[in-house]
Amino acid sequence: MIQQIADYLRNFSVGIAGAGGLGSNCAIALARTGVGNIYIADFDIVEASNLNRQYFFLNQIGLPKVEALAQNLHQVNASINVVSFNERLTTDNIPEFFAQCNIIIEAFDKADQKQMLAECVLQKIPDATLIMGTGLAGYKTTPFQTSRFNKLIVCGDMENEVDELNPPMAPRVGIVAMMQANEALNILLKDFTLKK
Amino acid sequence: MKINLNNREATFEVTDLTIAEVISTCNFTYKRLVVRLNGKVVRSEDHEITRVNDGDKLEVIHLMAGG
Repeated sequence: MIQQIADYLRNFSVGIAGAGGLGSNCAIALARTGVGNIYIADFDIVEASNLNRQYFFLNQIGLPKVEALAQNLHQVNASINVVSFNERLTTDNIPEFFAQCNIIIEAFDKADQKQMLAECVLQKIPDATLIMGTGLAGYKTTPFQTSRFNKLIVCGDMENEVDELNPPMAPRVGIVAMMQANEALNILLKDFTLKK
Repeated sequence: MKINLNNREATFEVTDLTIAEVISTCNFTYKRLVVRLNGKVVRSEDHEITRVNDGDKLEVIHLMAGG
């Protein structure tokens, strides 16, 4: 069954806006399951301080995140197509870069950037479903939730914002990234049927 | 009036509120929000001038830093 799922997912495209804690971990999960085309955008480079939660390695420090992540995605699944965009996403380039995507994962860190992306995607790429992450800081055990709307899904604890006393840490960032990946699969596989 | 707010029914004693009034009545305190009224995005600068009517579907998403 798992091979049939991977074969089925080969035809889909998922966009990932931001290759940090949410984006890098979500991308890896989607690559492992076989999503055929992954579009990643990020303007940043890998820094030592990212390694506490992001899917990068010591020998990748200094590389553009999109380049490092493409390497890592191909290490887990050599057959997928990765399209990288090593620039800041703006309302001008978002519609074009993600035009082919069935699903777009919002994986930014700053709230104003999340807002910019969400308003742009919902208005200008109406066929795509946007999956956002909100509320993942610290190490409290606040329950996670998922809210589902038309073409918009929001995953997170809806409460814990990153600040000086509440840093982003691997477990809760990872949980939200996996929730986003699972929501993506749930949409992509809605018409999947197992062949005997 | 009754509206659908974030997939739940919400009742307000007055009719004819603006989005900004709904946001303040419901204590949505986060600075960054994404708002859709009947499926259409309403930007922050239009919250004061956009009216919510009985039966409308309103989504208010809180955006928290972190990712």
